[in-house]
Amino acid sequence: MKPAPFKYIAASSLDHALALKAEHGDEARFLAGGQSLIPAMNFRLARPSVLIDINGLRELAGVEHSEGAEIRVGALTRYQSLERDSRFLRDCPLFADALPHIAHPQIRNRGTIGGNLSHADPASELPAIAVAMQARMRIKSARGKREVAASEFFQGLLTTDIQSDEMLLEIALPAPTARTGTCFMEVARRRGDFALAGVAAIVTVDDHGRCSQARLALCGVGDGPVDASDAASSLVGQQRSGEAIEAVAAEVQDMIEPSGNVHATPGYQRHIAGVLTERALGAAFERAHDAA
Amino acid sequence: MQPDRHDIELSVNGTRYRRPVESRMLLSDFLRHELLLAGTHVGCEHGVCGACTILLDGAPIRSCLMLAVQADGHELSTVEGLAGDDGELHPVQRAMHDHHGLQCGYCTPGILMTMTAYLKQNPQPSEHEVREALSGNLCRCTGYQNIVDAMLAAAQALRAAAP
Repeated sequence: MKPAPFKYIAASSLDHALALKAEHGDEARFLAGGQSLIPAMNFRLARPSVLIDINGLRELAGVEHSEGAEIRVGALTRYQSLERDSRFLRDCPLFADALPHIAHPQIRNRGTIGGNLSHADPASELPAIAVAMQARMRIKSARGKREVAASEFFQGLLTTDIQSDEMLLEIALPAPTARTGTCFMEVARRRGDFALAGVAAIVTVDDHGRCSQARLALCGVGDGPVDASDAASSLVGQQRSGEAIEAVAAEVQDMIEPSGNVHATPGYQRHIAGVLTERALGAAFERAHDAA
Repeated sequence: MQPDRHDIELSVNGTRYRRPVESRMLLSDFLRHELLLAGTHVGCEHGVCGACTILLDGAPIRSCLMLAVQADGHELSTVEGLAGDDGELHPVQRAMHDHHGLQCGYCTPGILMTMTAYLKQNPQPSEHEVREALSGNLCRCTGYQNIVDAMLAAAQALRAAAP
């Protein structure tokens, strides 16, 4: 028994959960999959005095599709249920690429999308994908609902825009667009380890096969997801070429500030971020052509 | 602070248990200390080593990353439930024995629970797939080769036994 003592409350409804959070503020934490929170509590890096278990709130789990409109993923949706949702993986192929990289099946059976995004681990794949896809984060508290763009949601190391009385309710992903290809790639020491660098790329082409829009975001190389879409925008108006993609990769290498860790020096992380940027953009471009 | 206690009722390997637990008790500790099912091993206690893997409603999870109080109403399977009542080893256990897939045995219960669930989902894995499926379970003795051999043999045995 390692966590410090706390009071455990299984929320009976969303309103109940939000009322408890409003009452206890930063002293309380929501318990979703617990795959980051419980280790932090075992180490006593986190010592919440109240744990609000939201696992019983089934209405927070699941994916809602509507034809041509946004795709809504409930915060309590577990990785494993997305891995088995063929329609979701077809509509959001970045997830199809990335989900197998997220820890191990034992973790993916418990971990949730909302927990991942609220935790905002800089090495995590999903924040980068949310930024690349321009996801909208829907947040609720007893005071009401609000929505924030993924680019504004992530505010640095393990920090998000969520206030002490709020909960991330769902994320809204844009409907798939025509003539678009995506690719997520990462390098980790072993399958399931934290990414030393990861890249999410989205490329849309016009009728002539020229890039009309490019989005790019990285994980593992900063204190949060790194939006490199400005660098990728130099591809707009161009046909697929190694030279143009190499130029984007060079710009990405200049803009990131990886911190290094036990498995990689900052220089190595910068190197693989460049290589992955080239490969992911190249693959996304090719998939866009295949889809055109 | 008074200990925060809750009554839970759950089933482990088909046996129902009802116990009061303190909210901060990890499921892994509950199994070992309260139910005296010490086959589930505890290694890192932060979700990295996989030694504590059990099945929650049929799906492998880390029991050190779940509170016992959260298991209320659920069905658990642990390594104690793998062998038959007559002591006959499960085909995955048998293969580990035959292929020398363990030395110290500390990681073995977690590997058995991970792989019995995995081989149900993927009855005909390649060697590469077996290695990926094992990536969430650390073994510091074997170099994995004998475990991989055992799992490929177990998959074959399970296919042969399937109706």
